[in-house]
Amino acid sequence: MESFALLLAATLNAGTVLAFAALGLLINERAGIVNLGAEGMMLVAAVAGYATAVHTGSDWIAFAGGAAAGALLAAAFGVLVIWLNTNQYATGLALSLFGAGFSAFVGIRYTQEKLTERPRFEVPFLSDIPFVGPALFKQHPMVYIAIALTVALAWFLYRSRAGLVLRSIGESPESAHALGYPVRRIRLMAVMVGGALCGVSGAYISVVYTPLWVEGMVAGKGWIALALTTFATWRPARVLLGAYLFGGVTMLQFHLQGEGVQIPSQFLTMMPYLATIVVLVLISRNATFIRVNMPASIGKPFFPGS
Amino acid sequence: MLRLELVNISKQYPAVKANDSVNLRVEPGEIHAVLGENGAGKSTMMKMIYGAVRPDEGEIRWNGQAVNIRNPQEARTLGISMVFQHFSLFDTLTAAENVWLGLDKSLTLAEVTQRITKVAKEYGLEVDPLRPVHTLSVGERQRVEIVRALMTNPKCLILDEPTSVLTPQAVETLFVTLRKLASEGTSILYISHKLDEIRALCHNCTVLRGGKVTGQVDPRTETNAGLSRLMIGAEPPQLQHIQAKLGGVVLDVRGLTLAKEDHFGMNLSDIRFEVKAGEILGIAGVSGNGQQELMAALSGEDTRAPNGSIHLFGKDISKDSPRRRRKEGLHFVPEERLGRGAVPTLSLAANTLLTRTEAVASTGWVRTKDVTALAQELIRRFNVKAGGPDAAAKSLSGGNLQKFIVGREIHADPKLLIVSQPTWGVDVGAAAQIRGELLGLRDKGCALLIVSEELDELFEICDRLVVIAQGKVSPSVPTSQATIEMIGEWMSGLWNKSPAKETDHAEA
Amino acid sequence: MLKLEARPESSKLMSVMSPVLALAITVVIGTILFVMLGKDPMRGLYVFFVEPLKSVYALTELAVKATPLILIALGLAVCFRSNVWNIGAEGQFIVGGIAAAGVAMTADKETGRWIVALVLLAGVFGGMAWAGIVAFLRDRFNANEILVSLMLVYVADQFLGYMVYGPWKDPAGFNFPQTITFLKSTNVPKLFTGFRVNIGLIIALLAVAAFWVLLFRTYAGFQLQVGGLAPAAARYAGFSSRRALWTALLLSGGMAGLAGALEVAGPLGQLTPYVPAGYGFAAIIVAYVGRLHPVGIVFSGVLMSMFYIGGELAQSRLGLPKSLTGVFQGLLLFTLLACDTLIHYRIRWQAARPAPKAAVPIVSSANTATTGKGA
Repeated sequence: MESFALLLAATLNAGTVLAFAALGLLINERAGIVNLGAEGMMLVAAVAGYATAVHTGSDWIAFAGGAAAGALLAAAFGVLVIWLNTNQYATGLALSLFGAGFSAFVGIRYTQEKLTERPRFEVPFLSDIPFVGPALFKQHPMVYIAIALTVALAWFLYRSRAGLVLRSIGESPESAHALGYPVRRIRLMAVMVGGALCGVSGAYISVVYTPLWVEGMVAGKGWIALALTTFATWRPARVLLGAYLFGGVTMLQFHLQGEGVQIPSQFLTMMPYLATIVVLVLISRNATFIRVNMPASIGKPFFPGS
Repeated sequence: MLRLELVNISKQYPAVKANDSVNLRVEPGEIHAVLGENGAGKSTMMKMIYGAVRPDEGEIRWNGQAVNIRNPQEARTLGISMVFQHFSLFDTLTAAENVWLGLDKSLTLAEVTQRITKVAKEYGLEVDPLRPVHTLSVGERQRVEIVRALMTNPKCLILDEPTSVLTPQAVETLFVTLRKLASEGTSILYISHKLDEIRALCHNCTVLRGGKVTGQVDPRTETNAGLSRLMIGAEPPQLQHIQAKLGGVVLDVRGLTLAKEDHFGMNLSDIRFEVKAGEILGIAGVSGNGQQELMAALSGEDTRAPNGSIHLFGKDISKDSPRRRRKEGLHFVPEERLGRGAVPTLSLAANTLLTRTEAVASTGWVRTKDVTALAQELIRRFNVKAGGPDAAAKSLSGGNLQKFIVGREIHADPKLLIVSQPTWGVDVGAAAQIRGELLGLRDKGCALLIVSEELDELFEICDRLVVIAQGKVSPSVPTSQATIEMIGEWMSGLWNKSPAKETDHAEA
Repeated sequence: MLKLEARPESSKLMSVMSPVLALAITVVIGTILFVMLGKDPMRGLYVFFVEPLKSVYALTELAVKATPLILIALGLAVCFRSNVWNIGAEGQFIVGGIAAAGVAMTADKETGRWIVALVLLAGVFGGMAWAGIVAFLRDRFNANEILVSLMLVYVADQFLGYMVYGPWKDPAGFNFPQTITFLKSTNVPKLFTGFRVNIGLIIALLAVAAFWVLLFRTYAGFQLQVGGLAPAAARYAGFSSRRALWTALLLSGGMAGLAGALEVAGPLGQLTPYVPAGYGFAAIIVAYVGRLHPVGIVFSGVLMSMFYIGGELAQSRLGLPKSLTGVFQGLLLFTLLACDTLIHYRIRWQAARPAPKAAVPIVSSANTATTGKGA
């Protein structure tokens, strides 16, 4: 029982990493821009966050550092894709490749550095409840922030006028432009917010999740986050659930290794990636379902002058 | 005092001067037509009035004062509102949400929803605010656009080719709404190339040709010929008509029922008609009633048609691919030129390879010399103005590209030619040439099937007509026995109420 | 104020100049980077752009690195032109290498040289099979090929790890994760003694010619390109998007697998966890910088190899980290995409627009006091 509670707690933790990134990607995809540079942004943010934590000793400033790194890279991507109309997929890939190289480069001096002792977090009273306590209430504050963010994002998208404008831009930037909305500026904002959240996720990985820096430590979570927004059909609550699901699969693998299950460790490590493929296949089978829910202008270039 | 005035407005684009010192004078409460063929500069002029584009020279005056309209919001604040030809609506949102987005922020969604019902009733436009736009018909969508414009209390309402998506009866209803608006003092700018409508509705008319104003007249006192002369510099060219010499049945469609593939599409129900050699059958209908789905089933882009529903010379082709159908003599010209009929970035020569494989050896090797020669021949024979066979498709004007594509299919010597919207967006000269070519092909014994939203065009070149509405096709009627009113009613699906005197089996 | 103005026709000049311009910008940024790291920028540029070309040996090393890049990039060029986004070439490379190793390890002392052909074929089929999974899932279930092919890279990498740590570990290898060193008979024949360059180079050059013919002189190549440029036109013409999908993926998978086999049975001579050197990803850049054109890819392949070798030299000579290579590669693609805009747009300097002035003096009623702006 106790190990199950711990598994649950670890799932929430792992899921939070994916949740921040996927929610960020959801925002820019809702505006019609798909940013394949998620992995690269997360890597650079991870090293930025780690370095900030090393130099300032503060986790929160580290998260801010990660967010800033993500937003900056996203802005470069955004200018290219939105104003110069470069191909979104190729540009995003370029960002990921650049981020991989750049983070490895900058991170060299931090591979040997260690962070200060990681604090333990507990919600008073609630964390003493048997089972539920250790499972849900001994988490880093970011876990709860992720949940709050999901709720806020859902409200924003479906209950606010600004969210309606964002959704309409994702559906038809030409129509939004004809109505007088500054489509390109709004898209850039969406891309930068998305980048900032991916950055928070990256920093969380290197500062909280596995507090160290190693080249390539994001290990594909950026790509999984991209897949997540598709399976969740671009709805915040489903993204969060999906993130926890994947977090669970990842944690399951460690749990099984710990239990001495007789499967070679490499096959267990494969699990999250195989799971991603399986879920992608299940969701994509119904092409109409995807098309109806997908922001119609994703990936397509927008030319205001025409 | 004039409500709106354009004084010596000019706008230069890299390749063309879209507007050259144009003047426009609109009184309050006046319905003012802006007449011109495609490419004459009407949309550029409108874009400047509602703020999407800035003029290079000249002045715009509103109620006598010079103004600088920097964006659509400023235009709306002044009281200028526009109903677009290609609607600026968001399919997945409701009508109310769409209208709300078109207004400035002060009202809540609930308030907007209430106001919509009120305004719609006042002007005789039926609109259900809570329905998602993708469930609405094209006519209903236009009503949402109009209501959106009306809710800004416009002093000047601009309508861009509003009737291309309406049945003749719906056009009358629209005119009633517009006259009411005008009587209340709203000025209306009515952009169109349809001479009859302009003469029936408008008080004043400014004619554009090649970016310049060629005249400002009262259309109620003008004839079609007179307006035509101002619009294209000459009388509309007359086409030669010979009596149809009919051969055997070429295309036989029966029991064509097809579920829609696209969430936003139309189901086809038990469609039945036939086309004989040496005749042109026209399919009339407002867009969105199944034409696209029917075309895809006939061309082979959609191979889900039930077995036996489509026969070509007695052979069942319902499941055949486009390439197989072409081998049997069926050629097709789609309504979209760039992106479907031709690849925009490829040369004209390369574009011939889409449907013409004479220069491809059985091994798959492409003989580039022959490909270029074919393109050269098409350019010459069909009078296509282009930079040569290596010119990119997108560098041609709409009319010239259409001539090339139609030419490509005619030159293939088809037994059945299907054409969708043959002269949409094409200048009058090219349109006449294309219609002439189609008639020529028919005179040589080819069977033709033409889908068009322009009733005039269909009446001009077709021997028989059918109407498509809600995915169903009416019985056919010889053109000589059809009237616009009757076809208009049939467009609403009412062919059983006012049947033609002859059914499709009694031929002359 | 700078403005972007659409060109009426795409500029052929810029099509060719854009990669050159992008390289120039990357070099400038690189120089700045060197200065910031406290190194002499001229030395840095020398190490990257001159050293790799200095001797015959250096040139052959360039060829060794360029061969897999060119092979993979050719396949990717076909994919990208068809709008099929195969990002998992790295995984197909790995699986190709594994398959090749499997065949190579069946050789014994008696086996003749012909086994090399089998080894390479195994690589091709291995890569094709791995890419085939992507094609199948996209064809049958509409699953996005970008994500599937990428996930399969991680899976392939883990599988490689399993094989070299497990069933294929060399019992005499001191417990290092590596297979036996393959017998000499299975090694890819070298071109000249004393240099590492092998027949892979010949294969790559032949492939360049073959791909050029495929893309620009066959109807199949035309169909693939139309599918990528205008899918609706491809449907209208009756070109099968399904066939395009499978062709593109199997072809690029096969090429990547071949590259993997050449690496494993060539310079490496055994299977280790370090087989994946990122060629599958670098090849994406090679393909783009080479304008998705077989001849362009030769040039960009050589350029990318210079980055690789330069990076290694920079590490040994200048004490700079090897990951600098990755930074330059990413930067190059980024700047290339930006410079490509110039193919379709011109930059114009436009003076700030004055308020529109009346061409005729305003003659009218009393309350007209303004010229220019009004409300």
